[in-house]
Amino acid sequence: MNLEKVIFAFFIVLALTLNFGFFIGDIADPVHHNVYELFAAIVVSLIATILKFGDRTHIGAVLLATSLVADLQLIVAAIVWGIVEHVSQTGMTPHAMAAIVSLSGGAVLANVTSVILLVTETVMVRR
Amino acid sequence: MGNHNIVFVLLRRLHSPLIALVCVYAICILGFVLIPGVDDNGQPWHMDFFHAFYFVSFMGTTIGFGEIPYAFTGAQRMWATVSIYATVVVWLYGIGFLLTILQEPGFKQLLSQTSFRRSVKRIREPFYLICGYGDTGSKLVKALTESDITAIVIEIDAERVNTLELEDNRIFVPGLCADASIPDTLLMAGLKQRNCVGVVALTNDDAVNLRVAIASTLLNPGVRVIARAETRDAGDNIASFGTSQVINPFETFAGRLAMALHSPGTFLLHEWLTSVPHEKLTDPIFPPHGKWILCGYGRFGKAVYERMVAENLQVTIIEATPETTNAPDDVITGRGTEAITLQKAEIDKAVGIVAGTDDDANNLSILMTAGELNPDLFMVARQNSRSNDAIFAAADLDLIMRRGSIIAHKIFALMRTPLLAKFLDLAREQDEAWANLLISRIGGVIADNPPVTWEVSINIDDTPAIQNRLATGDDITINNIYQNPQNRELDLPCIPLLIRRRNTQFILLPDEHLLLEASDQILFCGRRKAQDMIKWLTNNPYVLNYIITGEEHPSGYLWRLFSRLNQKRIAKQEFK
Repeated sequence: MNLEKVIFAFFIVLALTLNFGFFIGDIADPVHHNVYELFAAIVVSLIATILKFGDRTHIGAVLLATSLVADLQLIVAAIVWGIVEHVSQTGMTPHAMAAIVSLSGGAVLANVTSVILLVTETVMVRR
Repeated sequence: MGNHNIVFVLLRRLHSPLIALVCVYAICILGFVLIPGVDDNGQPWHMDFFHAFYFVSFMGTTIGFGEIPYAFTGAQRMWATVSIYATVVVWLYGIGFLLTILQEPGFKQLLSQTSFRRSVKRIREPFYLICGYGDTGSKLVKALTESDITAIVIEIDAERVNTLELEDNRIFVPGLCADASIPDTLLMAGLKQRNCVGVVALTNDDAVNLRVAIASTLLNPGVRVIARAETRDAGDNIASFGTSQVINPFETFAGRLAMALHSPGTFLLHEWLTSVPHEKLTDPIFPPHGKWILCGYGRFGKAVYERMVAENLQVTIIEATPETTNAPDDVITGRGTEAITLQKAEIDKAVGIVAGTDDDANNLSILMTAGELNPDLFMVARQNSRSNDAIFAAADLDLIMRRGSIIAHKIFALMRTPLLAKFLDLAREQDEAWANLLISRIGGVIADNPPVTWEVSINIDDTPAIQNRLATGDDITINNIYQNPQNRELDLPCIPLLIRRRNTQFILLPDEHLLLEASDQILFCGRRKAQDMIKWLTNNPYVLNYIITGEEHPSGYLWRLFSRLNQKRIAKQEFK
């Protein structure tokens, strides 16, 4: 058992699960989407990205790319949230909530890709 | 060595500080969001993520701006105190880590390698790869850059690479501090690049030179390899797999010294033709014949002794440790720096002395003592290190043999004009009178600067005007090439030294009426101005026509038509 692999797989899968938890529910209903979950998803996703820095294998490079995509989507979602709450005077609207959740939905896809790559690599190694 | 990307290496090394930073920020932000506060109306209030992130960001870096948007409660202040220390510590940790990495020798080396590789890739013109930047290497690089030839240096000693960077070269010379015996180093220095024309192995280790020669020949079969070898074994070994040129510093050096003693004319010819740009011309020397004293019987001394004995000179050897150097029986033991040893060698009867030890200070001391005992001596010094130039010049000696510069000159001449090596070989077989005559001819065409040597090849690419004229069956003499295009009655300041015909036949000092043939290669020496003029007249058919016929032909269609009509008119008038 390799501790590095455990930690990395933990963060990759955790990023997906947290993100999925935030994403699931009625897309325009703020009640279904918890801000703490989004925050946790961003932090975990950032850590997963940093863990992949400097991996010079091909699959490492693709994993870095997918987690960068997830970071980008989630951070944009957070920025949209911030703008809606504090910059525009409207407060949270169903329309804005839908935009935030769909951005996180994109991040879910990227996270799923990461997990698929991780599983593929594990199956290929079979050790 | 693969393709290192500096950014990726840096990021991988920064794993832990980056993760620590993310975690500390996350905990602090979460704390501010969870801890309840009170707004300006006394109502309970929770900080949101946006404000928490804002507060933690400026707190971590500046600790300013105060408590926003409302004054904090006690619990919030407590958490802010914890956060301040945590973020400051994690920032210090991260920045300190980054600075440590940037200071690391390994990382610095990676940085310099990357910039070296980049500057090598950027070179477009043909270049030479010089392995070893000692006395010889530095002299060679200087000479190459003076003649606008690009060079790349590999040197294992970091201090010498630094001197290269401080050197004021006309062209930028990329230098890498690495072991040249590792093929990867050579590859990094562009060995496989198409514009790499030659590799010069000049390190002071024969094994390294051997490896450089092998690697270069295998990895880039077309490349010219010039290698230095201190022992004959190593030299034969390097030469055995097709290395273009092997140079033994001791042999070359001793050979030059012997040549200087027995045929000063040929020696001067060598010195002049292999000199590097912007150097002072060597003055002729006149070494006397008679009894010589040779101090030092190492590798250099042995080579000199062999040559001197072959010249039928009477030589007395002074050697400090005759047992270890296998000196002949009549050797005088001593260093030669003290008067008693020199007197034992009968210095009052000697005509000349060679101070040939491998220690510059000893050599000078020998000569100064000898000069006091016998002021008429012809004094020859061996100078080992370039840094002693000033004191050797001040010592007022008859001949100073600088090892580094002799080898550098030889290699430089080989690189520039391969025909020159052949010419010098042939010149060595000629007698002294021949050499003196040629010296005076060369002296007549050049001014104070040393002569430049160059090759002219008769072919369609380099000399189209000549080639085209030869193809039509016209006769062109060698003299036509160096007539002055501005006035054909005069010759350009240069002398044709050698013609290589059909790759096998060599014509030494061709007669001026000799007819040229296609694919001739001609070695010239003279002034740089002549080189440019020759380039002009061998490329421009009109200039060549003027030189051969003395007539100037119009070059445009219109003027050609006019002149044809004019000629017809003149012909008609004559007919009448």
